[in-house]
Formats: sequence, structure tokens, C-alpha cells
Amino acid sequence: MRETVAALLAKDLALELRTREAVPAMVLFSVTTYVIFHFGLDRDTVEGDLAAGVLWVTLLFASILGINRLFVAEHEQGGFDGFLLAPVDRTALFVAKALALFAFLCVVELVAVPAFAVLLLGPSPGQALPGLVLVLALANAGIAATGTLVAALAIQTRARDLIVPLLALPLLVPVVLAAARTTAPLFAQGGAEPLPGDWLAVLALYDLVFALIAYAVFDFLLED
Amino acid sequence: MLTTAFVLVFFYAPLDADQGFVQKIFYVHVPMAIVALCGFVAGGLFAVMHLRTRDVRWDMRSYVTIHLSIVLAVGVLLTGSIWARASWGHWWVWDEPMLVSFLIVFLLYATYWPLRFSIEDSEKQARYASVFAIVAGSFVPLNFAAVRMAQQFVHPQTLATTTGGMPPKMALTFVVAIVGITLLFITLCKYEMASKHATFRLRALRRRLAGDDDFAPVGRSAAPQL
Repeated sequence: MRETVAALLAKDLALELRTREAVPAMVLFSVTTYVIFHFGLDRDTVEGDLAAGVLWVTLLFASILGINRLFVAEHEQGGFDGFLLAPVDRTALFVAKALALFAFLCVVELVAVPAFAVLLLGPSPGQALPGLVLVLALANAGIAATGTLVAALAIQTRARDLIVPLLALPLLVPVVLAAARTTAPLFAQGGAEPLPGDWLAVLALYDLVFALIAYAVFDFLLED
Repeated sequence: MLTTAFVLVFFYAPLDADQGFVQKIFYVHVPMAIVALCGFVAGGLFAVMHLRTRDVRWDMRSYVTIHLSIVLAVGVLLTGSIWARASWGHWWVWDEPMLVSFLIVFLLYATYWPLRFSIEDSEKQARYASVFAIVAGSFVPLNFAAVRMAQQFVHPQTLATTTGGMPPKMALTFVVAIVGITLLFITLCKYEMASKHATFRLRALRRRLAGDDDFAPVGRSAAPQL
């Protein structure tokens, strides 16, 4: 199981490194969205609730792009058949894809969050950094679990581009809600305030529940 | 039963002190919401049975319950909106956790039809729809917990006050209304199943009569094929 996951993950990362398809698009999309928020809100800087909201809406929509692309190579090149023929546990594909999506999101945030701090954020983000990294990691885990499931559901349909956002957005509402609530005090006007623990717990609970659900039902999406 | 409920609603239950006649919509709205949510969860349970047994009939049950729950959910959103307008003065209120979480659940389930419709192979359609029904069914309670937490109980919870704050006459009417709507839901489910079965029987018979060659292919449909 572990070797299979490692092999699949290495394949996905190598593929992304060579084709550079998803991650640059997601980064570009996030930066463009900041510009749009700047004009849409008509504000030079944002802070507190508004900053958290802008950041998380942007990251959510950027991750939709990544979710959309997640299984495209498998679908177009017949990777699913190859995987099903191999004598390995099918859940390995889910774990590997979720890890790959998690890695993509982390790379995107490495650029998108500093860009946010430079372009829009009012208060200096220095103090907020450790807390922000924790929230980002938890939220990424939730997005990766749910996103992989949605991507696998949608890849076999004829209207993939439509189904992915329609399914993923309502399912990810709790993640955005909890993430925005936890991030809001970090971006407060007078310097970072401590993280609200109950919302972190909600995020962690969401990650756990959806990882378990996805783990349980993913097998059924692969049989053919 | 439903008639009894309506009779009770109009003639038996006392008028609410500060909301007056409009409060009566509560006897339709809340039971519908409860039944719709239970229907969503039941659809998820049927989907589990479908994945376990691979029996298309379970998929049909799951489809029919979710289908009717969505119809009820539209009713819930409409009556809720009317009630909100009458008692709070706005058509939509964001700080009421029930409204927001119900809307999210409704939006999620609204994808059920497009999802089914966009998968051509009927066996795959059934399997994918089941996976969706399970995920969405388990999402319903989680979502309610998260959204309710976000609002920190600004408004009194209707259900919490059902046992404590409601006078017995109202409580009785409310229970009768819940049972009535539940029975209505089950009857509608039965009807829809019967109608679907009849349609497929008819189609099979026609095909046998006409022969396979000169029979027009059946169009794609979001409903499961037996």
C-alpha cells in the first residue's frame, strides 16, 4: 500500500512538474482574483473578517480549478484501466491523489498568500504566520479529501466542468466557514489575536469525517 | 391524517400571541423540513444498501426519496420565506442557522439530477448516484452542526422549544402534522415507485411487440432504469 501510494504520488508530481498544468493556472487565478476584489470592493487594504473572507473565497475557487484537473490525465490516457489491472489496493489511488492535491494547494498558497499580504492585506502578517500555517494545513486537508472524491465522481460524467463546482462548493461550505472564522482574528487591525479553538476543532472534525467517508466509498467509483 | 392535521391547525390550535394567524404556517413548514431532511438521510441509507447488494431496486428507492425530498425542500424554502417575511419582516435572514444550512443542503442536492443525467451508462449512473447520496446524506448533519455553531443560537430553536415552550394544544397539532406529512411523503414515494415500475413494464412489453429493430431508442433520463 505505502509503495503504491508513493509510486502514484511520484507520478503525479512528475507529471505536474513536466506539464505545469494545474498549479501555475491556480496561482495566476488567485492573483487575478485579488485584483478583481480590489476593484470589486473598491478598497486598497482589507483586514479582519473581510480579509479572511477574500483570502478563503479566492483559495476555494482556485482549488476548484485543481480539482477539475485532478483525474484528467488518467481519464484521457487510460490510466484508470492500467491502475485497475495492477494488483494493488484501490484506495491507494485515493490516498495518492489526495496527497497530490494537498501538495498542489500548498505550493499555490506559498505564492498566493504572500501575494495577498502584499497586494491587499492591511495589517502586517508576521505575527499571524504560525497560526495561519496551521489553519491552511487543516483546510487543505479537508479540500483535498472532499475534492478528490468530487473529482473522481465527476470525471466519468459528460459535464465535468459543471458538476465539479456544483458539487464541491456546497460540500466545502463548512471548510470555508471554519477557515474564515479562524483566520479573521489573525488579520485583525491591531495585530494577531489568538486562534479560536472551537473552529479549529470543527475543521479537524470535517477533515476526519470526510477522509473516512471518501475512504469508504472511493472503491465504488473505480469499478468497471 | 393530513386532513385531520389541517382541521386541527385551523380550528383547534390557539393563535400565537405575537404572531397571530401567520404562525399557522409553522405546522406545514417545520414538519416538511424535518421530513425532507430525514428523506435525504434515508436516501443515503438506501444508497448504502444499493452498493452492498447491487440491487437496482435500492437505487430506485434512493432516487425516489431524494427526488421527493428535493420537491419538499422547495416547499420548505418557500413557506419559510413567507413565514420569515411575516414574522421578522424580511424574506431572507442570514443569521438564522436553520435557513442557511437548509439552503446549503438544498443547493447540494440540486446537483443530484444533473449528476445522474450526465452519466450515460445506467449501471455506472446508479453507482455514482449512490456514492453521491451517501456523501451528501452524511454531510447533512455535519453541515447543520457547523452552521449552527456559526450563529451561537441567536434565535430560539423551534425544536428545542417543542417540548418545553409549546402549549399542549399546539404540541398535539404539531405532532399530528408531522405524522401527516410523513405519511404523505411515504404515499408519494409508493406512487412514484409504482408509476416507474409501470412505465418500465409498458416499455418492455411494447418493445417485445414491436420487435427490437423498429423500436426507437429510449432517451437518456436521470431516473434509474430497471
